[in-house]
Amino acid sequence: MLRLPRFRHETPASLEEAAALLSEHKGRARLLAGGTDLLPNLKHGIEEADVVVSLGRVPELNRVRETEGGDLELGAMLSLEALASDALVRKRYPALSVAAGLVAGPHHRRMGTLGGNVCLNTRCVYINQTHFWREALGYCLKKDGEACHVVKGGKRCVAAASNDTAPVLTTLGASLRLRSQSRGVRVLPIADFYVQDGVYNKALEPDELLESVLIPMPQPGLHSAYKKLRPRDSIDFPRLSVAVAFRLESDVVRDLRVVISALAARPLMLKKVGDLSEGRPLNDDLLDELGSAAFKQCHPLTNVDGDTTYRRDMVPVYVKRALRAARDSGLSMP
Amino acid sequence: MNERKSINRTHGPDAPFGEFSRVGKRARKVDSMAVATGQAMYTDDIQLPRMLHGKFLRSPHAHARIRSIDTSRAEALPGVHAVVTGSELPVAYGVIPWTEDETALAVDKVRFVGDEVAAVAAIDEDTASAAVRLIDVDYEVLEPYFDPQDALVHHEPAIHEGNRKGNISKHVLLEFGGVDEAMAASEVLIEDDYAFHGTAHAPIEPHCAIARWSGDGVLTLWSSTQIPHYVHRLLASVLGLPAHRIRVIQPYLGGAFGGKSDPFSHEFCVALLAKKAGRPVKMLLTREETFYTHRGRHPMQMHFRTGCDAKGRITAVDSKILIDGGSYSSFGLVTTYYSGQLLCGPSDFPNYRFDSTRVFTNKPPCGPKRGHGSVQPRFALEIQLDRMATQLGLDPIEFRRINCQSENTQTVNGQTVTSNGFLQCLDAVEEASGWKKKRGKLPPNRGIGIAGSMYISGTNYCVYPNDMPQAGILVKLDRSGLATVFTGTSDIGQGCTSVMATLVAEELGLRLDQVRVVTSDSDLCPVDLGAYSSRITLMAGNAAVDAGRKLRKQVQEAVAEKLEIAPGQVMLADGFAFDREDGDRRFTTQEAFQFAEAKFETLSASGSYNTPERGGDYRGGTIGASPAYSFTAHVAEVEVDPETGDVHVHKLWIAHDCGRAISPVQVEGQIEGSTYMGVAEVQLEHHEVYTGETAEAGLHMRPSLLEYTLPTTLDTPELEALIVESIDPEGPYGAKEAGEGPLHGSLPAVANAIYDACGIWMTKLPFTPGKVLAALKAHQAAGSSGAPNEGAN
Repeated sequence: MLRLPRFRHETPASLEEAAALLSEHKGRARLLAGGTDLLPNLKHGIEEADVVVSLGRVPELNRVRETEGGDLELGAMLSLEALASDALVRKRYPALSVAAGLVAGPHHRRMGTLGGNVCLNTRCVYINQTHFWREALGYCLKKDGEACHVVKGGKRCVAAASNDTAPVLTTLGASLRLRSQSRGVRVLPIADFYVQDGVYNKALEPDELLESVLIPMPQPGLHSAYKKLRPRDSIDFPRLSVAVAFRLESDVVRDLRVVISALAARPLMLKKVGDLSEGRPLNDDLLDELGSAAFKQCHPLTNVDGDTTYRRDMVPVYVKRALRAARDSGLSMP
Repeated sequence: MNERKSINRTHGPDAPFGEFSRVGKRARKVDSMAVATGQAMYTDDIQLPRMLHGKFLRSPHAHARIRSIDTSRAEALPGVHAVVTGSELPVAYGVIPWTEDETALAVDKVRFVGDEVAAVAAIDEDTASAAVRLIDVDYEVLEPYFDPQDALVHHEPAIHEGNRKGNISKHVLLEFGGVDEAMAASEVLIEDDYAFHGTAHAPIEPHCAIARWSGDGVLTLWSSTQIPHYVHRLLASVLGLPAHRIRVIQPYLGGAFGGKSDPFSHEFCVALLAKKAGRPVKMLLTREETFYTHRGRHPMQMHFRTGCDAKGRITAVDSKILIDGGSYSSFGLVTTYYSGQLLCGPSDFPNYRFDSTRVFTNKPPCGPKRGHGSVQPRFALEIQLDRMATQLGLDPIEFRRINCQSENTQTVNGQTVTSNGFLQCLDAVEEASGWKKKRGKLPPNRGIGIAGSMYISGTNYCVYPNDMPQAGILVKLDRSGLATVFTGTSDIGQGCTSVMATLVAEELGLRLDQVRVVTSDSDLCPVDLGAYSSRITLMAGNAAVDAGRKLRKQVQEAVAEKLEIAPGQVMLADGFAFDREDGDRRFTTQEAFQFAEAKFETLSASGSYNTPERGGDYRGGTIGASPAYSFTAHVAEVEVDPETGDVHVHKLWIAHDCGRAISPVQVEGQIEGSTYMGVAEVQLEHHEVYTGETAEAGLHMRPSLLEYTLPTTLDTPELEALIVESIDPEGPYGAKEAGEGPLHGSLPAVANAIYDACGIWMTKLPFTPGKVLAALKAHQAAGSSGAPNEGAN
């Protein structure tokens, strides 16, 4: 078995205490919010930590509540299993429930959390390996090296965003509540949270923690869905993922958002695809048109296992399947 | 061939008292509760006082010469107790005595990324790992060989520089009959290329070994091996120790599937590290390391030609196979023969040629995996059969019936077939699957396909020639009423311990809880050659019946004296010894054993088994020879998603002729497990290294259980196991093998079902959705001409 490196383990009992620990250790601390991502990464030497701050004993982080404005606030430590089976989430945001239920396997979903999935480290076939393997490779620019093995000669890391909840939350217009000791609380739209850099793809500062996810009350007629391409019907990270959300207003599409992930360092919002559909009925012609438009905008890389040509071919298929699923069964109920 | 003594097959297939009381009954494995409750002690569960932990330094290069190794910094690290390098263990070894090309650690060359270079024993794993990184090695990097075609042609320098055949590991060309003439006269001729991609065993338990030296210089090795006897022999040879000063123990094993058949580097290294440190040493491989240790199923590029006449009788089979062996020989000599020798049934053909070449490449070494050597060519042949049937407009099951060889016959390559239940297997899967209602009649993109296969029940000859028994066993009867069985057989999860217990219980009229089995301890148990080639049920089973029967005679005689009846009138069953004609006149078996012990003194008996003379009279004719062959038929039902190329295997029906099912539950388990493994190789699993000239060349592409996608329960089709019992004259009560045969047909049955579903012949494994989609597109582009095409795969 691979061994964990040595670190100090802290178990704060409040948000303030957790934020203070992050501030005290200035980038040498890592948050443990389930550990299904962090612990393998520590074993592989992809992440390093002097201090691991476990969030399991901070009661506020497990909260699910409706705000006065009707938004749903989901605590960052809500387990993916709880998220997937939450009745209100299922009713209002069926795509989110589906996405949470498609993360890894049952054991991971019981340990893994919403906050952990939102903050999941990017992944690449050249980085998620042991130290021996990466040393034999000569390392890569995400950690310890200078070369990119995906884009030969590339200077920016293209490790892929591989979290299932992120694309759905993006289509739903969610925001993230972030806290630090020095700057207090800020709320950031999730669309502005991810950046195009596989080394670290988040706007989360080293001294900040994700407290909760806020999802606006669904507008009438909101349909949403999530589709995930993976080799097995269990466990695997996405090789391609598609989240869609739109409103149907007298049978025509309004405000379609299509987000594709597992291609690049951040989930990709296909704005052109959304614009094409505005005010049109969601029939087979439109589905084909949207599928083709999505295909043109997506260029899978070898950062993820699986044939890139095939993954690209699956873009229109999965976009269309997601749109059909959203239309036929993905209606949000207030 | 030497004159062989075929010993101890005096018993027939019948029950000792007319009716079986244990054999054929549905019972749990005798060790199932220990395994299920966590009581079972695996090698890694063993913690010895003062035990150290060992780690390897492995090569980061695919092909390089070692100029120098400096271990001084590692040795100076506090907590480090011993370091070994290749120069201290220079004796070459190999599981096959004719191809000894491995050393415990690289002596002057490394041959793949992950090859073992040095080993360290330290106070804990972290210290050992830290020490490994302090070893300085100066390498001269050489051109690596990744493509077997390329390795065949180029060999400067060769991977094994002493090899006179360049990078060729083994070449076999055998012809029976006249292939070219028969092919020319055939009505139908099918010719195509097939590929098998390479897969690993991926047992849940990684390899582990522990060594301890006693004060008087006896080495004890605990190891997760499936062949303790060969480890024992080669430890003696490599360490230069007399074999009697070595004790090898195999604890509970968490799966092997052929991947724990070779003697391994860690087994030699713990022994030497423990000697140098003066303390016990354990090495437990990481999951990643098991992918380097490998010995998985060989990638093969196969060219097949088959012909048949207008009535569908096969006239000739001709194959040319290139086998990618990876960096060492392992069992490769046998693999090369098996790629041809095991194909000559259940379909009979009068003319046959195979031309197989195994080459070395700079990849982890390939070896035996469940269905050793024959799963790959079987895949090709069974698709060829379907294509001939299709061309003639014959139902593929009917085509196989036309060509089915009889029982008590000889194959074209001179192997002796005793029982053969293949026709019953075909009937069983045809009926259970609803074949006649489905074949060619299912909705679009849904299809059903068939495949057949045969496999050996043990290999007739030991890997080192000798006249001693293949299997030995000791049974001791105790006045407590217990029978203790001492056997060198390796239970690797396949359940041979339960089979031994069942056979001895049957002979002595005991319940299963009245038999205990002591296994795989070279100090306690007679030699058995181990868990490979599906040999144990037939071979050790015969030895168990032999020993049990000797003791039964003594017990019957002693009881007969008490009951004043003839010994033959004493019956033993369910824990009692009684008068066959008056069941009320009875004793418990415990009482009966006490009578026998009083009459004959301490009760014990040995049993042994050796194989009858078998095999073709030509060089290599004994490879593939077996006392008996199992037969299997698979039917697969699949659905192909035309948009994604995803092949969903709904169900497989598998009928397997195992001779007699000693334990039907275990036979079903083996059928299901084999088929699960085969379907995994069709769609998901792929052991592969990066090639080309990039930085990643030579590195393993998927060295973890996340990346090496084993199917989970959600990815496993429904499996229906059907047992066919042909009652073989060679096996114990008629039993043959069940552990490997039922894998073979899984692959071609799925391929043949895909053809029925959507008209494409998939010929290159694995059938990833991308390949299937490309083939579908090419098929559509070719229009409805009906011309078979292989698409882009």
